[in-house]
Amino acid sequence: MSKTSLIIQREYLTRIRKKSFIIMSILGPFIFAAYVLIPMYFATLEDKEEKTVVVIDDSKLFTEYGPGGATCVIPDTEYLKFKIIEDVPLETFKMGFDETGYYAVLFIPSNILASESSLIYSTKQTSLDVIGHIESAMDSELEHLKLSTHEIEDIERILEEVETSIDVRNIKWTKDGETQETNTGVIMAVGYTGGLLIFFFIFFFGSQVMRGVIEEKVSRIIEVIVSSVRPFQLMMGKIIGVGLTGLTQFVIWIIFSAILITGLRAAFFPELNRTPTEQVVASDLFDPEATPAPQGPVGEVELDMAQEIFASLQSINAWVMIGSFLFYFIFGYLLYAAMFAVIGSAVDNETDTQQLIFPVILPLILGIYVMISAMNNPDASLPFWFSIIPFTSPVVMMVRIPFGVPWWQVILSGSLLVGTFLGMTWVAGKVYRTGILMYGKKNSYKEIWKWLRYSS
Amino acid sequence: MNRACESSGANLITARAVVKDFSGHRALNKVSMEVPEGSIYGLLGPNGAGKTTLLRIINQITAPDEGNICFAGEQIAPEHRPLIGYLPEERGLYKKMKVGEQALYLARLKGLSRQDALKRLKVWFEKFEMGGWWDKKVEELSKGMAQKVQFITTVLHKPRLLIFDEPFSGFDPINVNLLKEEILQMKSDGATIIFSTHNMASVEELCDHITLINESETILEGDILQIKEQYRDNKYLVTYDGDPERLTGGLKPYFKLLKSEENGMGKQATLQVMGSGGSGELIRNLVELVEIRSFQEILPSMNDIFIQVVKNASGKK
Repeated sequence: MSKTSLIIQREYLTRIRKKSFIIMSILGPFIFAAYVLIPMYFATLEDKEEKTVVVIDDSKLFTEYGPGGATCVIPDTEYLKFKIIEDVPLETFKMGFDETGYYAVLFIPSNILASESSLIYSTKQTSLDVIGHIESAMDSELEHLKLSTHEIEDIERILEEVETSIDVRNIKWTKDGETQETNTGVIMAVGYTGGLLIFFFIFFFGSQVMRGVIEEKVSRIIEVIVSSVRPFQLMMGKIIGVGLTGLTQFVIWIIFSAILITGLRAAFFPELNRTPTEQVVASDLFDPEATPAPQGPVGEVELDMAQEIFASLQSINAWVMIGSFLFYFIFGYLLYAAMFAVIGSAVDNETDTQQLIFPVILPLILGIYVMISAMNNPDASLPFWFSIIPFTSPVVMMVRIPFGVPWWQVILSGSLLVGTFLGMTWVAGKVYRTGILMYGKKNSYKEIWKWLRYSS
Repeated sequence: MNRACESSGANLITARAVVKDFSGHRALNKVSMEVPEGSIYGLLGPNGAGKTTLLRIINQITAPDEGNICFAGEQIAPEHRPLIGYLPEERGLYKKMKVGEQALYLARLKGLSRQDALKRLKVWFEKFEMGGWWDKKVEELSKGMAQKVQFITTVLHKPRLLIFDEPFSGFDPINVNLLKEEILQMKSDGATIIFSTHNMASVEELCDHITLINESETILEGDILQIKEQYRDNKYLVTYDGDPERLTGGLKPYFKLLKSEENGMGKQATLQVMGSGGSGELIRNLVELVEIRSFQEILPSMNDIFIQVVKNASGKK
């Protein structure tokens, strides 16, 4: 067995047998699942609290009189109810409002048509959702009223006819002239997840390489090892061993997370199979007390959503995606791991790493910022250049690929990454070889530059 | 790679005019050294003289800027690594790794097969009474115990050349003796040993040859007995009966009384012959003054030689 593979084996086995690895393998998916499920849980929690808004309608424009008494024309939703209260002055609610159990008081002044403003009072900050719902309902009601003052015949029917809701659907043409329907949000999410995973992987396992180098230096075993193998073999063995540990953990996480998310979703949130928008729409549609709003076409679109997500996922060539993810994942890690190894070799303990680590992770963090901007405009020049430059390309290219990137750009970016990885590893090997035997000095980049120029 | 090296006779290691610079500081300045095969070779020198750098160059951990190293007549190369065992002065083990597993790993890095390594480790663990340590983590061991593990992993692959840098530091006297016996055994089995230490008593006890490095340069080199001969300074120790006053007064001017004392051995005087007179004349002179009970030459200890040579060399600069 070659010496490098012996080193890889040791690095890999000692790491996956560590308690922390086992704990992280088990906890990781829970954390992962928690990230996905907790926001969902809170979303449902928020909605389930029924809120009643008291409406004091001085204008009387929003009050309808039916058999059950006065009702408000602003439609109720599943968890948001509106209640008209007449002949009670606003001042009565001012004191001890919390005890009444109401969520807020909506005051509509008599001059609403002219002032176009109403007031909402509450002891809490009123949520944007509630205000948005009220505004749009009042807008359309007032528009109706204003239009009807023009005394156009059949105005109700005309209004219903002109009610439109535009949905811009994204259709991609493939090379063969076929069409694929895509959802930009889904594509963004796939790219973003890929880029972010690469970022975390590089950062987390890169620093493990660094810590491993420091451990060998501090425990002083390094001199024994490098009398048996070349320092470069030791460095590469460590980088590859840690990388394999990372991949193993990653695969465990993916499998566990998939099982967990599917299982938990099915067990606890069966209703989540519908999107929140669907729930609102559905409650509006099927609540008999609500005013039947002319929302038919919108509902139809929403019900297509699941199909659209699948169509979008299919439009991203899975193999291209997985292939490029693995490529950028592996070579991005290898490039950065070599730099982390250099930092580890230059210090005597972990606290000294901070000043050296900053210039190394700066491009990675920059990559994250560019990635976020690339999600909105993947073909702009900033994302383009950052997806070509090797230090940021693993993160930035990932978010561009699902949108479709010309082949020459992928090949250019990929070969630059591999080339830089080879060059960086060669340089790192030279610096590492000197650094691991240096003790008791606080080393700066100036010192590291000197080591680079030592003869072999 | 294996281009033949000029090397005289049966030298296992020949270092020729080795130079090594570290940013503005010359660690080795044209240092040469010839280590005869089968000898125990002492590499001596004050702290910071460049010993560790030379040892690292022989171990191919660093490369010399100038000069070369020959291993058994060949330019030293990576394929010689399995033939060398190195116990550095600053040594350690992976703290979290189990003793047995770690010894096995280090042995395999030196090219031993798993089976061979296991077999030999078993023998050594028994010899050093370390039977129960195999599954212990290194961090649970005392310093002396860890040192034993390091010693074993250095010698396990039966290298042709063994390099020990301060091997006895951290050991109790019983274990020092155990190690010395092992080192002498390895010598008689044909191994060559380079031995770097500040402990001059063990140099005298073990070494056949020495090189003394000071401030990056060789200042003394050769067979230990010849060196001692070269540095003998005509000092004699006399044990006698009689009046010490007579010694102070009656000695000829070219005999110098360095020390006179009375201790468990009786009355003793340390005398030095100045100039050309031999020991015979000193004895004749002494017989007239006191009753001689014993008379012996004081050969300089390596400690004295070390101090004298290093002081002289530093004084010249």
